[in-house]
Amino acid sequence: MPNTVISAQNVVKTFGDIKAVDDISFDVKAGEIFAFLGPNGAGKSTTISMLTTMLRPTGGKLMLNNHDVTKEQDKARKSFGIVFQDPALEEELTAYENMKVHAVLYGIPKDEQEQRIEELLRLVDLWDRRDSYVKTYSGGMRRRLEIARGLLHHPKILFLDEPTLGLDTQTRNLLWDYVEKLSRHEGMTIFFTTHYLDEAESVADRIAIIDHGKIVATGTVKQLAKQTGTNTLEEAYLELTGRGVRDETSLSNNGLNVRTALRNRNIR
Amino acid sequence: MEFDVIYILWLRQMKRYFRSRSRVLGAIGQPILFLLALGYGIGSVYKRAGQGNYLEFLVPGIIVQTLLFSGVFWGIQILFDKRFGFLKEMLVAPVPRVKILLGNALGGSTISLIQALLVFVISIALGFRPENWVLLPLVFVIAVALSITLTSFGAGIASMVEDFQGFQGINNFLIFPLFFLSSALYPLNNAPTWLRILGEVNPLSYSVDALRYTLIHQTHFGIGKDLVVMSVTLILSVAFAVNRFNRIQV
Repeated sequence: MPNTVISAQNVVKTFGDIKAVDDISFDVKAGEIFAFLGPNGAGKSTTISMLTTMLRPTGGKLMLNNHDVTKEQDKARKSFGIVFQDPALEEELTAYENMKVHAVLYGIPKDEQEQRIEELLRLVDLWDRRDSYVKTYSGGMRRRLEIARGLLHHPKILFLDEPTLGLDTQTRNLLWDYVEKLSRHEGMTIFFTTHYLDEAESVADRIAIIDHGKIVATGTVKQLAKQTGTNTLEEAYLELTGRGVRDETSLSNNGLNVRTALRNRNIR
Repeated sequence: MEFDVIYILWLRQMKRYFRSRSRVLGAIGQPILFLLALGYGIGSVYKRAGQGNYLEFLVPGIIVQTLLFSGVFWGIQILFDKRFGFLKEMLVAPVPRVKILLGNALGGSTISLIQALLVFVISIALGFRPENWVLLPLVFVIAVALSITLTSFGAGIASMVEDFQGFQGINNFLIFPLFFLSSALYPLNNAPTWLRILGEVNPLSYSVDALRYTLIHQTHFGIGKDLVVMSVTLILSVAFAVNRFNRIQV
């Protein structure tokens, strides 16, 4: 299947005796916008971390752009851009300098660097502020800068981990408009997580819902609604994941976040 | 192309450093305090005990102190990057981790060398004179080797601990003892046996000794032994850093 750019087969991630991701499989096709939904602590971020080579899966196989994520890390890494859940910018550098570091890290040829950085900073409307330190930026500006940075090396796949968290409506709309454009016109594959179901409903071609480390449903909004006998994505989502409130904790860990518990126990 | 990545990461460290003046001053404040308080406070007693000039004796130790504290504290930078996310940006880039570590660690050791140089200049202003100016290039080489050893050590430790409190603990239980139980502040030959033994198993003593030899022509172990111990520590320290940094998962 040359058309598949992200593929997960029977992926498992355990932290000690906790199964954070429990045997999940899915495929994302080229140019698709794919939403990954689930309650807190369901395994979304762990999955993104594994897809983006930050965490090693305990079992199973992950392919990005036909490269095995654990065996051909560098090739896999070149094929994606990511906007992290928490900002990952260097605050003591200017926006331009942040872009420059990224350009060098991704081996963008010297003679193309300047032009591409300008193009992208203009695109997210930060060109005029390029020489300001990132520490003076607002939350929305940082997000925009991160998106520009994630796109700098022309990735085939863009990962967005809760990209609209804490953004105002204007910036949210701008972001999704732009993401849709990237997918429609440039054929970029988008993989994102969010807690805002309306975003997933309006933007995503297909949706996977994960809960307790397992994928409980995959399909278009219509398919999910049909499968659960409901009318909207929200109803389908609640039907599939239940109505109880979650925190990112588990009783077996004295109420700690799974990753924190892992760190405290020093399981590496 | 190959060195670009190392250079840009080094450059980032330099920019961070020079953009916060308080860091420049803060990091040399402590060694200067040691130099002044101990150098003058203990100096007269030291002289009366027939040991010669204490300030002269102290300067190599204080230079090592500067390299030790700023080198290992620099490890906090990695914790910082872990906490505030920039480490992720570096770790998902299509670059071998060794290069990322190298660029960052070279930045860290450049910073600690700058601080050590400042302390050296100040000690000259206080009246310190090296025994033989011709040996200064050797002093520099020793300082470079030591700074790489210590920043690697700091980077290795920072890769292992998860938070600032953990790092603080290491500071109290490892760095301070390393410093105080070395030959930095007092001569080992007159120390009580237990203290001398601790000083002699402490690898830092050999760096102090090497600097003392090249700066004021005094030595406890002999420069040959000093250089051997320093080389071994350098290799172990870099291996430790590479090993730990490779295991970071964010």
